[in-house]
This record gives sequence, C-alpha cells and structure tokens, in this order.
Amino acid sequence: MGNKLHGIMAEFDTATELVDAARAVRDAGYTKTDAFSPFPLHEIDEALGIKRSILPYLIFAGGITGLCAGIGLQFYVHMISWPIIVGGRPHFSLPAFVPPAFELTILFSAFVAVFGMLFLNGLPSPYHPVFNVPRFALATREKFFLLIEAKDPNYDYDVTREFMESLDAQEVFDVEE
Amino acid sequence: MKIDDIELQQKLHPAMVEGDHDFASVTDKISDVTLKKRTPFHWFIGFGISFMVAQLLLFTVIWLLANGIGIWGNNQPVGWAFDIINFVWWIGIGHAGTLISAILLLLNQKWRTSINRFAEAMTLFAVACAAMFPLLHTGRPWLAAYWLFPYPNTMGIWPNFRSPLIWDVFAVSTYATVSLLFWYVGLIPDFATLRDRAKNPFFKFVYSILSWGWRGSARHWHRYEIAYLILAGISTPLVLSVHSIVSFDFSVSQLPGWHATIFPPYFVAGAVFAGFAMVLILCIPLRRWYRMQDFITHQHLVYMAKVMLATGLIVVYGYAMEAFFGWYSASQYEVFMIKNRIWEGPYWWSYWLLIFCNGASIQLLWFERFRNSEFWLFLISIVVSVGMWLERFVIIVTSLHRDFLPSSWAMYSPRVWDWTMFVGTIGFFFTLLYLFVRFVPIISIFEVRTLLPDAHVHGHQQDFEELVNEVEDTYDKTDPPNN
Repeated sequence: MGNKLHGIMAEFDTATELVDAARAVRDAGYTKTDAFSPFPLHEIDEALGIKRSILPYLIFAGGITGLCAGIGLQFYVHMISWPIIVGGRPHFSLPAFVPPAFELTILFSAFVAVFGMLFLNGLPSPYHPVFNVPRFALATREKFFLLIEAKDPNYDYDVTREFMESLDAQEVFDVEE
Repeated sequence: MKIDDIELQQKLHPAMVEGDHDFASVTDKISDVTLKKRTPFHWFIGFGISFMVAQLLLFTVIWLLANGIGIWGNNQPVGWAFDIINFVWWIGIGHAGTLISAILLLLNQKWRTSINRFAEAMTLFAVACAAMFPLLHTGRPWLAAYWLFPYPNTMGIWPNFRSPLIWDVFAVSTYATVSLLFWYVGLIPDFATLRDRAKNPFFKFVYSILSWGWRGSARHWHRYEIAYLILAGISTPLVLSVHSIVSFDFSVSQLPGWHATIFPPYFVAGAVFAGFAMVLILCIPLRRWYRMQDFITHQHLVYMAKVMLATGLIVVYGYAMEAFFGWYSASQYEVFMIKNRIWEGPYWWSYWLLIFCNGASIQLLWFERFRNSEFWLFLISIVVSVGMWLERFVIIVTSLHRDFLPSSWAMYSPRVWDWTMFVGTIGFFFTLLYLFVRFVPIISIFEVRTLLPDAHVHGHQQDFEELVNEVEDTYDKTDPPNN
C-alpha cells in the first residue's frame, strides 16, 4: 500500500450502526467525513453535521427566471415585434399570458432542480477513489460505509485507523487515491 | 411501544412489501429481471406483436406525408376528429403516472413507491404518442416549427399567445420534459445499482454512464431528496394545468358542447381515471409475469381500484353537469346540442355506450368481491379505457357535426387511415414499454428499500436493548412460549 491514501473507510451492516458511528466520528472532531448508504437516511444529516443545501434557493431563482422569460417573450411578441389586435383584446392580454408563463416557470425550476442537484453533487464524476475498495460495490445494494478523508486536519493514519476499528465496524479499509 | 399498538399500526398501514425481504433480496429480485434472468419467451411474443403493430403507424405516417391529411375522414364541419380524440386520450392516460409519482409522494402515500417507476414510464410513452397527433395533423410537420413554437414566419407574424392552442404547446412540451427529468432522476441510484451488479462489460459501461458516477454519499442523498421533493411539488400544479389547458382548447371556444366551465376539473378527473385504468392494465400482467407480487401487492391493486372509482364518480358528475348546463342555459343551441347528443341525434349510441363504460361498469368497484378479483379489475380497466376514448369522441364529434348552421351539417365516420394511425400508436406505446421492462428496473429499487423495517434508524443502541428486555419481561409474565 505504498500509494497515497484518500482516507479510511469502515463498513457497517445496518443503518443504525452507521448513524451511531457517524455521531462518534463527529464527536471525535473529524470534519472531512462522508457516509454512503443504499437509500437516503435522514438521520445521517444531523449525525455528520451536513448543512442544508442552497439548492431550494437556486430552484426558486430558476422559477422566477422562467416566469420573467415567459412574460417577457409574450410582451415582446405582442407589444414590440408585431402588435396585432385579435378578437378585440388589448395588446398586453395578461390573463391569456398566464398559462405559457406558468409553464415556463415550472420548466425552468425543474431544470435547475435536476441539473443544479447534479452540479452541486459534483456529478458526473467518472472516477472516485471510494470505488477502489472492492466491497464498496455493495453500497448500492445493502451495506453502509463511513469515510474519514486523509485531508481532515485531525487525520493521523494510526490514530484514525485505530479509532475506526473501535466503532464496531464489520471491516475497516484503506482507500487508495 | 406496546404490542397491541403494533397490531393496530399494521391494520391501519398494511405492509407495502410482502414476504421476507432484506435490502439485498429486494435489490437482487428487481435488478435480476434486467441483468440475470433469461429474457422470457412471452417477452419476445409481446414485443414482436407490438413492434409489428407499430409498423402500421410508420406506414400511415409515410402515406400521410405523401398525400396530406385528406386521407383521414375529417370533413366540414367535423374538422377535428381522430387526431384530437387520440391526442386527448393519450395525454390523459399519462396523467396517472404523474399523479402517482408526485401527488401521492407529497401526500406521503407509501404504496406509490413500487408502482411509480413504470407508471412514470407509461406517462412518458403516452405523451410521446399524444404529441404525434398535433404534429402530424398539420400535414407538414416540418413547417410546424412556426405554427406551434414562438418563431415568426417569413411575414414576421408570430403565433397568437391569446389562443389555447399555443398554451397547449407550452403545457405539453413542459409536461413531457419535466416527466422525463423526474423519471430519470428517480433512475440514477438504480442505474448505479445495476452498474455495480452488472457482469457484462458492455452493460456495465452503459449503466455507468447513465448513473453519472452516483455513489450514495450522504451529501448527495441530501440534495437528491430536496430536488426530488421540489420536483414533486412543481409537478403537482403542472399536471393539473396540463389537462386544464387541454380542456381550454374546447371550452374557450363558443361551440355548444364545448363552452362549459366544468371542463378543466372534469378533464383532469377523467385523465386520472383513464390513467389508473391503464396502470391496472399494465400492472396486473406485469406483476405475474415477473413475480413481483411481493412488491406490487394485492393491496396496491385495491387502492388503485378505489382511486379509479373515486375519479370515475367525479367524471360521472361531470356528465350530469354538462346535461344540466345545457338545460339550465336556456339557450336554444345548448338545449339542442344536449338533446342531439343524448337521444335525438344519430350518435346517441356513442353517448350511452360511454355512460355504460364510464358510469355503470365502475359501480362494481363498490363491492369488495370485484375489487379483490384481478380478472374483474383488468376487465373493468379495459372497459374504462374504451369509455374514456368514447368520451372524447362524444364531446368532439357530436358537438361539431351539427353546428349553428343546418346547411353545413354532416356526418363523420373515420376511414381506414384514422384507425391505422390510432392502432399504430398503441403498438408504438407497447413497443416502448416492452423495451423499458427489459432494460430498466421496473420498480424503484432504492425506494422499496426504504419501505423495509431495517431502513429505520433506532434511537440509541441501549434504548433498543431496554425495549427488548421490557418486551421479554412482558412475555415472561403472561403465557409461556409455545415451543
């Protein structure tokens, strides 16, 4: 194992064990940590100290952009580009402009929700060191993993590894870079 | 927690996963359909038939583009016929998928979890079929860019944003896009599961690309859940708006039989009604063929039957209100239209067939015996699908064929090309569904995992031990164990 290490990883059988271990890791003062589970675990956010994402604000901004784009497009078409009277309605027929503006609001927010989520998650990521642990393939099936990264200020190989082994893990792995 | 509380809990919230399952067995059972099991023989039969039927569509489209829409039976005054009937029918079917994936998620209905994946797939394919009709009814779809989309023609004139037809373009294209995004986001963690389990290097590569390198990190799940919930939140008003806007195509016009304020809610209820019928039609054979009864339980079918009954009754209320509006309007044109539609006109049989299919047949669902029988549910669902198609036929043809001016009255009958186009889209729909069943997990694996009891994090280990001790004490004090 001469390679540089990305961190140390522990494997757990149950969600409860993972959350308990994550609390212990946080109490021990580690901050560059991550947990991996086959389904979303709400308790882990608090246990690892994950802050609420800014994603909802981005989605809101996306929605407002869509709304302005919708109103703006119809304003431009019917007021500036070619004002034409149809059925005796005013040029700027706001009630009739609601449906397209509404649809664009939804469309833009949906795009921001999906691609914003992927972007903030750093995806797509074709390579990640955690996949160097062969057992990690089970993270998308049934097992739970906890990682302390080597760049953590409190990281010291021997101390951290000993600490991880004290957490009732099934197994502890070195994660190569 | 006391024992009798647990029993009460089970009665109120029946388990949505049956059998003895853990995370691994759930994962293996669902993903093996895609990865390991040999493709069953019935898949080839079904796919083959669907694909052949889809050729009818291809052939019709080529003939249509060569000759123009004169090959259809549309005439004056019935200028809108099979093209819009089929468009509305297909787009309505799609609505159940979004209802299941978005509205039931917001309402925290756990039973949506195992049916949302293929219901959403059904939505996508139904919208794809629906979108073909407005495109092709222009006769020259390559020119449709400036008829449908906000793009000025050579005279510099834009589409009219005061018209429901352009609202429809925005609604349907947004709906198709958001449904695709929602479906795909739900698939990312499952593609990661397939990637990690696939043995075949080619499929491993494809699933790697599709999963975007998903690794189940807690931070990723955190954002993922936010995105998923907000998508559900914005899809809910979207799905309600789509069929409302489709109904505006009719109700904004002045034609008796179309010009009614009941249209938006009545169309939305009809869409969900037709959609749940289609979900049942797909679900009943699928869970048998792929032995998914543990995940799509009997209870799921019963719930869907109840939703179908409830939305069906709203639709029946809509029919009653239409007739009432016609009479109460005191307008001779409205009164004539209702009389013509129901008993005086030449299409009276289609109205009564519609009432039989959508009004009478669903009354069986009041009885537990019919709700519990897969055969009856399947049969009623097919009858309802036919009924919902007839509903659009009745609304469109009976309103148009006798308009304000008796000299322009005419009968409408579809020609062979109307039928081949319609039947062809059904083949196309099932072709896509067969491909979906073969290459994509038909049930959302990661969401089913969250339904298992192991997915709950217990308090502290000590509390759990205390609870076990307490339960054991209770047992010791009461009856001795049997074995």
